[in-house]
Amino acid sequence: MPEDDAIRCDACPVLCYIKPGRTGACDRYANDSGQLIRIDPHVVLDRAVSRGDSVVPFLDRDREWDGSLVTGPENFVTAIGAGTTYPDYKPAPFIISSTVQGVDMVTVVTEGIFSYCGVKVKIDTDRHLGPETNLVRAQGEPVGHVTTGEYGSQMLSLGGVRHLTGGSRKEGTVTCETLLNLCDRKPVELTIDEGARVIVQAGKPPVVDGTQEERMRVGCGSATIGMFAKQWFGKVDEVVVVDDHITGVLSEHQAGKLLGVRETGIKMKGHRSTPGRYFRVAEPGTAWGGTNIADPLAILQDFNPKFAWPKLRLLMVSTTGEHHAYFELDEALRPVEKELPAVLSESVARIKENCEPALCTVLFMGGAGGSLRAGVTENPVRLTHSVRDALTRVTCGGAPVYVWPGGGITFMVDVSRMPEHAFGYVPTPALVAPIEFTLKVKDYAALGGYMDHVRSLDSVMEGKARRRLSANPDNPWPLAPGKSPRPRSNQ
Amino acid sequence: MNPRAQVRLLEDGKRIHLNDGPIDLIVEAFGEPNEVNTAFRAAVERFRNVLDELCGELTFLRQATRVDGLLPSGVVARRMVAAVAPYCERTFITPMAAVAGAVAEEILTTMTAAARLSRAYVNNGGDIALHLAPGEHFVVGMVDRPDRPSLFGTATVDSAQSVRGIATSGCRGRSFSLGIADAVTVLADRAAVADAAATIIANAVDLPGHPSIVRVPARGLSPDSDLGDRLVTQAVGEISDFEIATALNAGDALARSLIAKGLIHAAALHLRGEAKIVGLERFSAVIKPENLELGWSSASVLH
Repeated sequence: MPEDDAIRCDACPVLCYIKPGRTGACDRYANDSGQLIRIDPHVVLDRAVSRGDSVVPFLDRDREWDGSLVTGPENFVTAIGAGTTYPDYKPAPFIISSTVQGVDMVTVVTEGIFSYCGVKVKIDTDRHLGPETNLVRAQGEPVGHVTTGEYGSQMLSLGGVRHLTGGSRKEGTVTCETLLNLCDRKPVELTIDEGARVIVQAGKPPVVDGTQEERMRVGCGSATIGMFAKQWFGKVDEVVVVDDHITGVLSEHQAGKLLGVRETGIKMKGHRSTPGRYFRVAEPGTAWGGTNIADPLAILQDFNPKFAWPKLRLLMVSTTGEHHAYFELDEALRPVEKELPAVLSESVARIKENCEPALCTVLFMGGAGGSLRAGVTENPVRLTHSVRDALTRVTCGGAPVYVWPGGGITFMVDVSRMPEHAFGYVPTPALVAPIEFTLKVKDYAALGGYMDHVRSLDSVMEGKARRRLSANPDNPWPLAPGKSPRPRSNQ
Repeated sequence: MNPRAQVRLLEDGKRIHLNDGPIDLIVEAFGEPNEVNTAFRAAVERFRNVLDELCGELTFLRQATRVDGLLPSGVVARRMVAAVAPYCERTFITPMAAVAGAVAEEILTTMTAAARLSRAYVNNGGDIALHLAPGEHFVVGMVDRPDRPSLFGTATVDSAQSVRGIATSGCRGRSFSLGIADAVTVLADRAAVADAAATIIANAVDLPGHPSIVRVPARGLSPDSDLGDRLVTQAVGEISDFEIATALNAGDALARSLIAKGLIHAAALHLRGEAKIVGLERFSAVIKPENLELGWSSASVLH
């Protein structure tokens, strides 16, 4: 019988009722104040196949089973929950040795306090989110700005030391909270000055002014003409692919010319770039193809009677296939909307099908500064050199990072590759992020590492208070042999 | 296909680790590589269904076993009932007292039926099923406290002896105990039998009514425990040397009677650093060896 505040665990068919503060029969799941959790704070990535995945590593490998398989350690200790010794000049909380294919490795595990940090957000949308360099706000406070428009996406740069500690107290606190939520893959509402209101969540589609973005555009308008010209040829006389960036026109486009598409006398608004490619047919917006138009005919001028003919068939479509309309010219050469013929709806569906799902992606960017490095070695600059020389592999909660070239250890990591709840904060305000440095024992000794603080992996695994997680199968195993990509030197 | 079950090769490249809910097995087999491979495949295939089978009869398996009572339908469940049956007339016991050993036995039996192995073991959190071809032996490491593993000694089991099961029970293990033993390790013919006996002996190592022993109803800790409202040991406070000896003697007497009845072969009982060892002399037991590597769990197969 379920009693008072016991909860039922459905992780396996035993279906234990677990009282608060107790674990189930497996000792792995616990009731934490009414919430079912996997126990504990310090995350140990378990190189088992992820839960729910029935692929069996042993069965994968046994084709070449020779009774003497050599593998690396199956466990990697992440820095999540490791704590930090900041601001003391002391060895990092965990310095762990393990053997990988006969080579003794050491992993220095710490949590870094990053006041120099932020996130880069890529929002897959063709809708206009706001002018470049305008402020991005959360709860009314400035937390970052709009930066470059990229292929099918808009970039935002959020956080950074100026918002965290350079502005008002409230600005710092709100920035910190915004970064933490984004890194924790929670939804965050952002507003852009003179622009849109966007709900951003890592790994989820953006919601722009209340509309959830479904797909990225298949290409710009011109590219779309190139991709689908053949499928349209003979089924329709003219196609306009509406795009805020480059609107494409089939009959004028190189692709149409090659197929021998007849001139239609269509006249577009906007600036012609090259034949069949038009810039700025309308203002940026959140309607057709990232423009502000609701009626696609608004971007057309009258057809040239020298070329156009009654019953001319015209398809207008956006770069995602989300908007489309079909017209035929009447006797006065005016477009009259008609139902989309079946032969064309197929091509519109094809555009949609070729669009990738629109997502928000969040990269955390931070710099490992002086005292954090001091937890790794008595001679901090040597750690920087070692990372630069690709002798030391840097991971963030076990996820791979990109180390930016140049001075310092400034890295970026895709937060969706990290375990859940990997980040924290301190009231400074600053973010707390896990960081692990893995290198050969001999290299660690050479850079002045704390050799007398090295513990065996087994001794860490034995400890209570470990949260064991399956490794993300998309990530390279942090201890896998092979060098990490070497950051390019500026020298 | 059960998607929960996790199977992996351990880093030594020799042992496999099988996990499904509360079942956690370490399996190793010795023989020709292709035979080992076949055995592992068979083990994995069988393993996928074990927990679901047991859970299908869980309500029955959590009830006290009765002489001439109903039998469950699963082969593992029947093995559990058979293992606890010798005790059910005189004491409260449910088939769950033998679940770990019975699962280990089932996987081992599957492996030896599928392949020719010289030796093999399935270790289910300290409850171990062994296979020994003629002329083979295992050295088994034993611990005195499951929560703080340190070996107190080793025992050698060879093929001429009938021991194929080893189990450890105590109030510091994962399951609840009615007694106060830190650990009771039992050697018996089969793992399920050893498991049930270790549970019974660990329950007998006790000081009934002692004020320093904190006991709470099992259901208060785990609402669906098979022990219901019976008092299980939560903590053992100050007890005198005389009381330690008294408690160990109670367990020792029971262990001897089980050996006399032929239910088990040997037992080692631990409480507060004191030990009672019965019947181990036939197993080339070495107590307190030096420089031994530790295994994973409360008893481990060394080599």
